[in-house]
Amino acid sequence: MELVCPAGNLQSLKAAVDNGANAVYFGLRDDTNARHFAGLNFTAKTAHDGLRYAHDHGVRVFMAINTYPQPSNWSRWQAAVEQAAGLGVDALICADIGVMDFTANQFPELPLHLSVQGSATNDQAIRFYHRHFGIRRVVLPRVLSVRQVEQVVQNSPVAIEVFGFGSLCVMVEGRCLLSSYATGCSPNTYGACSPAKDVVWQDTAEGLETRLNHVLIDRYAEGENTGYPTLCKGRFEVAGKTGYAIEEPVSLNTLGILPQLQSIGVSAIKIEGRQRSPAYVGRVTRVLRAALDACTRDPQHYQPEPDWMAALAAVSEGAQTTLGAYDRPWQ
Amino acid sequence: MKLSIGPIQYYWPRSKMLEFYDWIVTQPIDIIYLGETVCAKRRELGLDDWLVLAGKLQQAGKEVVLSTMTLLEAGSELGAVKRLCQQQDYCIEANDMAAVALLEGRPFITGPGINIYNDRTLAKLVDCGLKRWVLPVELSRETLADMQAKRPDQVETEVLVYGRLPLAYSARCYTARHYDLPKDACAFRCLDHPDGLLLSTREGQPFLTLNGIQTQSASTCNLLSALTDMRKLGVDIARISPQAAHMATIVSTFHDVLQQGLDLAVASERLADVYPVDACDGYWYGGAGMDALSIPRVAL
Repeated sequence: MELVCPAGNLQSLKAAVDNGANAVYFGLRDDTNARHFAGLNFTAKTAHDGLRYAHDHGVRVFMAINTYPQPSNWSRWQAAVEQAAGLGVDALICADIGVMDFTANQFPELPLHLSVQGSATNDQAIRFYHRHFGIRRVVLPRVLSVRQVEQVVQNSPVAIEVFGFGSLCVMVEGRCLLSSYATGCSPNTYGACSPAKDVVWQDTAEGLETRLNHVLIDRYAEGENTGYPTLCKGRFEVAGKTGYAIEEPVSLNTLGILPQLQSIGVSAIKIEGRQRSPAYVGRVTRVLRAALDACTRDPQHYQPEPDWMAALAAVSEGAQTTLGAYDRPWQ
Repeated sequence: MKLSIGPIQYYWPRSKMLEFYDWIVTQPIDIIYLGETVCAKRRELGLDDWLVLAGKLQQAGKEVVLSTMTLLEAGSELGAVKRLCQQQDYCIEANDMAAVALLEGRPFITGPGINIYNDRTLAKLVDCGLKRWVLPVELSRETLADMQAKRPDQVETEVLVYGRLPLAYSARCYTARHYDLPKDACAFRCLDHPDGLLLSTREGQPFLTLNGIQTQSASTCNLLSALTDMRKLGVDIARISPQAAHMATIVSTFHDVLQQGLDLAVASERLADVYPVDACDGYWYGGAGMDALSIPRVAL
């Protein structure tokens, strides 16, 4: 299985390459990709340098243009595709039908991957994108069980990539509007969930509060672990019960099921976290590289090493990890 | 502009659903969308029941559309979409790209769950057979105007003008989670919540609605004040999403504004008490979806 690693900037890209990535993915400094955060992402110059560094080390480079343009800003997405073609990236990761239609028509030689933001959870949806745009790979949303992933792999006309580690979206990606409901900006339209510009941290008599555009997402008692106010991971009240009504702050970690993912025919494992530091990228890439190598060598006797798990837990949300929908303890 | 009734998002007992459609058939509604779009475990009405209902409504002069499930996970769910897409008597509203793939080549409709955010996407899907699209709920009036200016002649535009906003879908069921029940043994708790389960912040601000695997807004989208503008923009159909109570007031108010020129202030006043919580219209005006920019907020 190929290891696909996040690159939020040139240092992260190099950390991924140096620690064993097979491919890296990045985006431009605007809303054309789903990690549109201040100070993050690539200029024309750093993209060029990054591409050369990766290619010199035999690592492939994918560019994410995986948000949804509207008529008034379409030209930015078109420019991003043109820039990707000029750079000579190895694939574009796209979600929008219009963007894929444009790319397939103007740059038919540029390989397309369907982004997780494209929300394809089944082989029929994949067939649509394959038939019309010749996509070569699909990144699956983090809502399927291992058995369901297997069914998709068996019936899909193209390669399947799944998330292996990182922050966990529990809603099907590309169709989650919680963030724009609260702030006006969603991953689809703006390239970020719960955008930092709308976040306020406030010390109050009742504890440290985090708000997103004035909506109280969480309130921490003295000594509690605090976390970024991603709104599906806040504490709310439902019929008299207060708690994590949707999801707890937790990260996805698939080290425990790598042999299964390999045996059902998954082609690539993706690490989430373009918004994280180069140190995070280096550490997670190194652990996943070691695990994938061990799994490839001897899947029968593969066991996640305790120090791998500890290294990943240390960079996880709430220092906790889960197999999420792959395993479904809540089913 | 025509009026439509979207698929029921909640899980109602069979008798309540049948009663609802018995009533709606007598109402000034042009188009009725039928079917379960949220959770495959909701089987108070099965495909055969929906088809019988569709026949009755069509006989009574209504345009009937069958809606597909939105999030497909299990192979059996995809199988159900395939069966639905095989029937030829009614047009289908696709809520997942699987349905678009299966319907390609014949006329079909896309629901709010299909991401049509620009004219290039719209044109591509029209080439595939799209005859009507529902504006994704997070898009603004400005984007709709741009889309309308460039839309192919043969396609109709529908906008959700009244109802809780569908905001997210998950593998996990949050209603079952609330009750500490496994998803597979949920005891159909959604039946106890005909308008979903309200989620509020820890300071009591209503925020979202849990509806099984779907998360909706707590506020009800109400675009009454935008109807005149929509007509000018060439919107063909205004959609009302059903709620458990006050449907007679809601339907008659929208009808009276559209067909009888009822004064907007009077119409807004009529709707003041019908929302499960309150109303919002922020997406239409380019803001946060929860904002109420043209609707007076009543203190709770």
